Amino acid sequence: MVLLQVDHISKHYEKDKPVLSDISLHVQQGEFISIIGPSGAGKSTFLRCINRMIDISSGEIHFDGTNMMALNKRNLRKNRTKIGMIFQHYNLVSRLTVIENVLHGRLGYKSTFQGVLSLFKEEEKREAFHLLEKLGMAEHAYKRCDQLSGGQKQRVGIARALIQSPKLLLCDEPIASLDPSSSKIIMDHLKEISTEMNITCIVNLHQVDVAKKYSDRIIGLNAGEIVYNGAPKDLLEREIREIYGANAAHLMMK
Amino acid sequence: MITGEYRSNKKQLTIFLLLLIVVMLASASFTEFNFIYSIQTLPKAFTWIISNLFITEQALEKLPSVMDKLIETVFLSITSTTTAGVSALFLALLGSEATKVNDFFAKLSRVIASVYRNIPIVAWALILLLSFGQNALTGYFALFLATFGFLVRAFIETIDETSSGSVEALQASGATYFQIVMKAVIPECLPQMMSWILYMIETNIRSSTLVGILTGTGIGFMFDLYYKNMNYEVVTLITLSIVIVVIGIELISNYVRRVIL
Amino acid sequence: MTIAKDHHVPRFKQTNAGKIKIKTWGKRQVVMFTTFLALFLLTVYGFLTFDYKGISFVQAVTDTIYNVKVMFFQPAMSHFTFGEALGQVGVTIGLGILSTIIGAIISLFLALFAAKNLSSKTVSSAIIIVITFIRAVPTVLWVLIFAIAAGLGSEAVIIGMTFHSIAFLVKAYSEAFEEIDEGVLEALRAGGANWWHIVTHAVIPSTTSSLLSWTFLRFETNFTVAVAMGAAAGAGGIGFELLMASNFYFDLREVGFITYLILIVAIAFELLSTQLKKRFLSGTSMS
Repeated sequence: MVLLQVDHISKHYEKDKPVLSDISLHVQQGEFISIIGPSGAGKSTFLRCINRMIDISSGEIHFDGTNMMALNKRNLRKNRTKIGMIFQHYNLVSRLTVIENVLHGRLGYKSTFQGVLSLFKEEEKREAFHLLEKLGMAEHAYKRCDQLSGGQKQRVGIARALIQSPKLLLCDEPIASLDPSSSKIIMDHLKEISTEMNITCIVNLHQVDVAKKYSDRIIGLNAGEIVYNGAPKDLLEREIREIYGANAAHLMMK
Repeated sequence: MITGEYRSNKKQLTIFLLLLIVVMLASASFTEFNFIYSIQTLPKAFTWIISNLFITEQALEKLPSVMDKLIETVFLSITSTTTAGVSALFLALLGSEATKVNDFFAKLSRVIASVYRNIPIVAWALILLLSFGQNALTGYFALFLATFGFLVRAFIETIDETSSGSVEALQASGATYFQIVMKAVIPECLPQMMSWILYMIETNIRSSTLVGILTGTGIGFMFDLYYKNMNYEVVTLITLSIVIVVIGIELISNYVRRVIL
Repeated sequence: MTIAKDHHVPRFKQTNAGKIKIKTWGKRQVVMFTTFLALFLLTVYGFLTFDYKGISFVQAVTDTIYNVKVMFFQPAMSHFTFGEALGQVGVTIGLGILSTIIGAIISLFLALFAAKNLSSKTVSSAIIIVITFIRAVPTVLWVLIFAIAAGLGSEAVIIGMTFHSIAFLVKAYSEAFEEIDEGVLEALRAGGANWWHIVTHAVIPSTTSSLLSWTFLRFETNFTVAVAMGAAAGAGGIGFELLMASNFYFDLREVGFITYLILIVAIAFELLSTQLKKRFLSGTSMS
């Protein structure tokens, strides 16, 4: 089943300087997709166009049967609950506890009033603890987020996204600020989420080897255009050079 | 790198120093400031300060009335700062990049803050004096307006620095504007904002002394009165009691800051 | 949610009512809450006990709004020419410049002895204590106190303002010095450099930009202080004209004109200072 359908989208802030030009992509439910490309290729912008954190200039996006571009503010909020997002810098409220941050993922389901007063159901709190347990973070539930390591923070970020019961996870450079061992934990969790919970993951990465190891499909982006769209095993030296340009020598070592 | 620049720019440094001297001389002639005279008066001034540093029993009799005015000054400074802080929060939310509603209001709030901040407190005090007279409210509003301008800028910077990430995350999860403000921005920024408020309470005690001299209210008025009567023992008493209160508040603020930040 | 799942998540705390806690209370929260409550109660108490002298609040506010309207929509000069006004602004700026520069020079030396990584602990704390005392006395009181010895005039004003500038700048400068990488100092010491070598070759050059920015920031403040001193301590300059216009001539239009003049100069300095800060002081807060 096609979950996300992106058709001919373009984005430019200034005329004649497109950040994204004519991008089309169809994504199946449960698929694990990595987007690779040099910095400035438009990876982050593309991800934020999907949940309309950034509005596109032209094109169409259909997600789970709805036309994202046609949604009003209210319905956009509703649809965003179905799309979880994970960030390079975790974007947690650092002074609040882990459990409070996880429950923030439920705000989209609440009225303003319920949300402001933290009127969460017991069921939701249980689910939050359950997710933390699964991610190996339950013992830290009452710690403030600024006391956690980067890898732990990212797991809180994942729990916050998962408690939305999303169908799609957008991960913007989730391991770019992490050391190799934390990176592996995070990527393993993401892979597990896509295979076991059947949640689609679209992950921006800048490590080609990581992308090849985990992905079902790899998208190569260069200067706002898709230059590669295929299986990890077909991504060879020539293709990598096409994605990263002439300065790709160091990436071939792997 | 800077060291290298510094050395190679010795010529620039000389020019800078020469310029500084010219500017100083020009300012001195403009303000009729006499360097020699001021250095000569320094020993006299310090001798005077030291010989007047002791509070006599006679002056101590005035302590109750001094305390009275001092307490009024402290309350003036607290009420003006807290109310200005609450008002500033709303404008800061509109003005911050992370939480702005739209560009127009963001620009507007920054302009308003800048105007309030840059009209000196003296001007506010004198303007308000015309219609409020020698009243506690004159001081209150003068302090309120100046503090408001300052805190809006401080709060905007705090919000910009600390909350843009969590605001983005909650937006992406479908939270409403007020949920984002209450659940991400406020918890993240409140300690820093509290720190600014405590700083302004301390500053405003000093400012309200100034306002008091101009508007004939509070501890400033009392100081002015005894100063003009050349009753320097009471002047010393007032000065020292202000010092004690300001340092006391500073110590409390430092403790609170250490714990909450 | 099944019971089997609950079995795996025993780590939550519960309230007395059996609900799962999501907030925890530590020292931080207690202090924060206490401060909040204290400020709230003090504010309420303050408003209740102020001596309002039976003022008609509505009347006073209406009057003020009218006054402000006259000031800002019909500014005019009547007791001086535009040239004279500029001259008075020049005097005020001059007061600001002199007290800032003299203060900066003295502060530079004091700050070297106040910085913990360059000085002994005793000397450093002694300076900090004196500085704290100086800062606690309002500038206007310093000016008036010096005026007893020096007579009212620019000398007393500049000495008084310099005093307060020193209190501010020593703190800012010494904190800038303390941020210097200890490794750099260590390397120089190991190479046999003496204290003055270290100061002139490492400390000052690597903090120049931040020192200049702080100094300019203080100048910006000192301009406003100079306006105030003109009004409150008879220092002359545009502040004195402001006092005359409002308290002696009751000339609202002139008050408006002077306020505009001060506002324009102050905003110009502020813009300049933010530019400097952006360029040199990124990442440093100013509390």
